[in-house]
Parts: sequence; structure tokens; C-alpha cells
Amino acid sequence: MTDRPIRRGLRMLGAAAAFTAAGLVAGTAHAGPTLDAIKQRGALQCGVNTGLPGFGNPDSQGKWTGLDVDVCRAIAAAVLGDPNKVRYTPLSAQQRLTALQSGEIDVLSRNTTWTLTRDAQGMDFAPVVYYDGQGLMIRKDLGVTSAKQLDGATVCVQPGTTTELNLADYFRANGMQFKPVVIEALDELNAAFFAGRCDVLTTDISGLAGIRASVAPNPDDYVILPEVLSKEPLAPVVRHGDDQWFDIVKWTVYAMIEAEEYGVTSQNVDEKAKSDNPSVQRLLGAQPGMGTALGLDDQWAYRIVKQVGNYGEVFERNIGADTPLKLERGLNALWTNGGLMYGMPIR
Amino acid sequence: MAQATEARSPVRTGPPKRGISLNDPMVRSVLWQILTAGLVGLIAWYLISNTMENLARQSISSGYDFLDRPAGFQIGEQLVAYGPADSYARAFLVGLLNTLKVAAIGIVLATILGTLVGIARLSTNWLVAKLSAGFVEMIRNVPLLLQLFLWYGLLTEGLPGPRQAMEPVPGVFLSNRGLKIPGPAEDPAWFWIMAAFGVGVLATILLSRWNRARQQRTGQVLPMGWIGTGLVVGLPLLVLIAFGGAALDMPALQGFNFTGGLTLTPEFAALLFGLVVYTSAFIAEIVRSGILAVSHGQTEAARALGLSEGKVLRLVVLPQALRVIIPPTTSQYLNLTKNSSLAVAIGYPDFVSVANTTINQTGQAIEGVASIMAVFLTISLALSFLMNWYNTRIALKER
Repeated sequence: MTDRPIRRGLRMLGAAAAFTAAGLVAGTAHAGPTLDAIKQRGALQCGVNTGLPGFGNPDSQGKWTGLDVDVCRAIAAAVLGDPNKVRYTPLSAQQRLTALQSGEIDVLSRNTTWTLTRDAQGMDFAPVVYYDGQGLMIRKDLGVTSAKQLDGATVCVQPGTTTELNLADYFRANGMQFKPVVIEALDELNAAFFAGRCDVLTTDISGLAGIRASVAPNPDDYVILPEVLSKEPLAPVVRHGDDQWFDIVKWTVYAMIEAEEYGVTSQNVDEKAKSDNPSVQRLLGAQPGMGTALGLDDQWAYRIVKQVGNYGEVFERNIGADTPLKLERGLNALWTNGGLMYGMPIR
Repeated sequence: MAQATEARSPVRTGPPKRGISLNDPMVRSVLWQILTAGLVGLIAWYLISNTMENLARQSISSGYDFLDRPAGFQIGEQLVAYGPADSYARAFLVGLLNTLKVAAIGIVLATILGTLVGIARLSTNWLVAKLSAGFVEMIRNVPLLLQLFLWYGLLTEGLPGPRQAMEPVPGVFLSNRGLKIPGPAEDPAWFWIMAAFGVGVLATILLSRWNRARQQRTGQVLPMGWIGTGLVVGLPLLVLIAFGGAALDMPALQGFNFTGGLTLTPEFAALLFGLVVYTSAFIAEIVRSGILAVSHGQTEAARALGLSEGKVLRLVVLPQALRVIIPPTTSQYLNLTKNSSLAVAIGYPDFVSVANTTINQTGQAIEGVASIMAVFLTISLALSFLMNWYNTRIALKER
């Protein structure tokens, strides 16, 4: 790959320079689509969070885990046949979209909210992998029970996020004042909150749960207020302009949801491959044609389920009831269970 | 053709030339320059056209139209009124003023601290000299970003919350929300105090001019230090007494935080401390080298005239040392201004921070980055111009 030294240079120069030089890298991407580039490289370049427990977080050995990380792994399993062939690029909220646009990463799987502006301005969103909402976390001993009591509060928030905008909207709509403290690095921001620099920490509710579970000195001292400030549909993102690659990412997520719906898990997938159910046959490649339509082989979804698991497994493993985050399925249950998770038919 | 004609002209000396030849250094240098310019132009054209094409392919709009749209985000510190309903242009202005504020105050403080440390390092007192040497070596060799995190950590983790705020003097509160001091409230007295201050400054300037002229004529000097202080501090004080005091806006704990008064936020304080301490270490070395550059004979001659040590430094050594000091110090001022962009890391809303957020909310990275570049280029060139002008003014004039 000729663009590798360029890419390494870009990372060092940061997002700003990256965009100016985007011409060089994106020029290569134009010649051969993203899929070819990934196959040639032998690895998927995936943009993830710098460290959000349950979604994208490196452990002490530098191994990445989380719901967003498993999406990267599923794509790598489908495309390269090995979920470990992923190179992770930790990105702050401010760097993430530029990194995607400049071609530094192939896919951004980093709790990014699907909005009109982002969708229209050079990006394409794959299906939502987590339906979230913005919440507010505060120390219990301040005695606050509702967001309506927060007039005059100091709020810690990450810059360049939809969260930052919703926060200003919410306080404006309720005729309240607030002082923002905006710090780009998430761990620095959390440290400032737990040191008492601000009264309130705001981000997606799932994020707050993760931070409370693993960063708070004493998780029981903090409470997440009942108000949900916004809808935050979090989805993987790809660059505009490569439809084939967009389809692959899109259907990787659908395959995970479909697998859960048909009861196909990483444990029983080999058995299910012999099933008589035509939907399952198409999903697992027993009936040919689905993979080739995407430019992959027919075992693509089989590998996703076998090597990474279905959506429900991924959810429970990373953020479910048995994890420190203890998140309910809620909106993220299958549509058959009253949730919003709905895989488009694979046929 | 021009080359050929010129070659025949009798004014030219050197070997005779035969038309245009690649052996002709003149032709070669012109050729190289054309080639280089062409290559640079080609690369620029390639980059620009490629970027434009990619932007169009990813349907990213370009242009500065977004500046009129409401920004939607709040900014923590502001010198001019600003709210989320204001435009991106206004947000940029808030960020720019924040950058200028920290750079201006930082430059003044770093100069003072740096000069003191630089002189202290040359002190004959062993302890003072070694302490300042240690300071310089330690500060200079630790990355600024780490120092900023250290200062910010000390201020936020080390200080108590607003409800347990320390109150060293009545009305002054120190907590992890910052330093709160009483500020001026609505009162006509403040206007007259400011006016008296202005008069004091003006009078001091005029008087010191007259004093200098008088010294030229008669050799007599007035104690200008005392007179100046009296005018600048005394006049406003007199006005204050005449009004019988001026109304103050006292900070008070209300709800989550203090309201009223003036605030020095931990973000601003940490950035300012960090920049001042870091830059002062470099300035100290420059001052030291400047002083050492002045021949020792000058000091001895000044002492022989019976001047006090303070006067030796102020009247003989420093004026000569300044010529060595000014140019490298200019670079340090530029560094300080540029380093202020590290504010992003500790949450001070400087221009880069606001522009970054704007890039993220609008997706207009090229415009945002171009604005950042334009702002820093303008500040740097202005600063450099000012310092160069000062440098020429104090340069040794040989007549």
C-alpha cells in the first residue's frame, strides 16, 4: 500500500493537516473501492472511542472490547474471515469525523449519533446499533432529583458532540443558565467531574452508566437524573461515495440482528446451518447468492455469528445485566419483544 | 534573444557568451527557478483540485456561509456577551478574545518572571543562583502539556468544592470553581476612579519627559519612581476617598455556585500559570545570555563611577543587553501565543477550541482550519512586526 507512510504522517499531523492532505489519500480510495483496499491491507481500519467502558475500551493488555468494537470485529469477520484483523484507531469526539472523511479509517464505530447534518455532509450511517438518549449525572448528596433544578449549574461536556448542542437547547428551553466546562479527552473530563470541578456530567445515558460503573471512586455516590434530553441513535458510519462498502457495513449489522431473531447464536450456528428454515439457510450461506450480492462469499454472515455472535450475545457480553453497566435491553430489544431492533430481510 | 544581446554588451565583463546555453549559470538559475515554481504550482493545483473533487464527491459544502448560522453551543468564558443563540461568527470572536487575553497577560507576566529568574541565575548568592538554575532546567525539559495537566490537576483536585470554599480575606473565595473576588458594581465612582488613573498615567509620562530634558540641562533628577507611583495609585485613591468608597459586587454562594464578583477560572489560571512558567524559563536563559554578552569592562566602569548595583544593571547593563535579548525573546512571545492552543486539553475555550467545535458541528473542516491558520498568522506577524520595530528603535545607532 503506497498510502501507508502518508497515513502515518497524517496521524501525527493531526486532524487538521489530515484534511488538507485528504486529496492524496482519498484519491487512492477513489481508484479502488474501500473493500479492495482492506483486502490488500489485510486489516480493517476501525475508528473507536478513546476509552468508553462497554462500547470501546482497551484493557490492560491493550485488547479492545465493547459493543462498538464487536461491530468492527463482525465486519472484519465478514470481509477478511478473521475478527482479529482489525486495526483500532482511538479517536476523540472532535477527531472522529475528520478521520473518516480523510480516509484514515474505513469505518467509524464510536457511539456516533445519526443526525441529518452529518448524514448529508459526506457521511453514510449504517443501522443503529444502540438507541440511546442524553442523560445527566450528578452527585447524590446535592439532593437534586430533576434536571429542572439545575439552574446555575456547571456542566462537564465533551466538545463537538450533539450532546453539547442538546445541553444548550435544553437549558435555553427551560429558561435556565449553566456554565460549560468542555474538555476534549474523555478521561480528563471524567477526572474533572469526579474532582468536583462541575456539578453535572452529561453524555449518552449508556456512557454515563459505563463511566459510573468503572471510573467513579464510589458508583453509589452518583445518580443519573430521570430526564432524557434527546434521542441519540448511535450507529456505525462510513464515508459517502462507496456504495458497496456502505452495503457491507449495513448488512453486517442486519445479519447480527437477524441471527438473534432466528435464534442463531455462536454456540448453535453449525447446527442451525443444517436447518430447513429458508431464512436461516440464506443467512448462513446454505442457500447461495446473498454473499456474492455484496461482493463477499456466501459464508460472510455465518462467520459473523460464529466468530463474534448475534446482536443479543454482543449486547449481553458488553453492556447487559451481567456486566458492570447493567443496562436493560429497553429500546434495544428485538422488535418482536417490543424494542426497535429490526433486521431487514436477507433475501 | 535578450540573453544574446546582453552577452554582446560591452558593460559585461567575464568570458564571452554564445547565445543561450545550459552552461550559463544565469540561464541555469532562471531555469531552476521556473522549474521549482512550476513544480510548486503543480503540487498546489493537484492538492486543491483533488480536495475540491473529494469534497464534491462526499457532498461537503464549502464556503463561509455557516458563520451567520446560530452556533447552538455555550462557551464557558467570554469577554463579550454570548449565548447559544448567537452566530458562529460571534463564537469565533469570543474564542479569539480569549486567546488574545491569555496571550497578552501571559507575555507580560512571562517577561517579568523570566527577567527576574535570568538575573537571579547570575546572582553572586550561591543559593539564589542554584535555585533559579534548577528552576530553568526543570521547567525547560518537561513538556508543556504535562505541566498544564499538572497545574489543572492541582487546581481542580487540590482545592475544595464551592460549599467548602476557602475564604482567606472576606469576600474572596478560593474553590475548585476558581478564584472569586469582589468586582465593581454599578456606581459612578468607578468611572471617576478610572479617569483619575488615566490622568495619573498621562501626567507621569509628561513629567518623566520633562525630567529627562531637565537632567540634560542641569544634571538634576527627580525621584521619578516615587512620583509616578504616587500619581498612578494616589490619584484614584484620592477620588475613592472623596466619593466615600465605591459599590462592590460581592460574590455569594447561591445554589450550585458563586454568583457575582469577578472570576478567575481554574482553566484560565492553569493555562496562564503553565504558559508563564514554561516561557519564563526560556526567557530567563535569553536574559542571562544577554547580560553575559555585555563586556565585563562596562560593569566595572559603571561601578568605578560610583553607581549603585541597581543602577549599574538598569542604566548600563540592561540597555546594552536588550539588543541581544529582543530578537530571541520575540520568538518566545510567538511560542507562547501559539502554545496557548494547548488550551483544548484543559478546557479553556480559546480560538482553537471554538473552531474545533465549529468544525465538528458544521463539518466545514477546511474553513475552520483556514480560520485557525489565519488567526495565528495574523497575531504572530503583528507581534513580530511590533517587536522588530522596537528592536530597530533600541538598536545601537552608530553615528
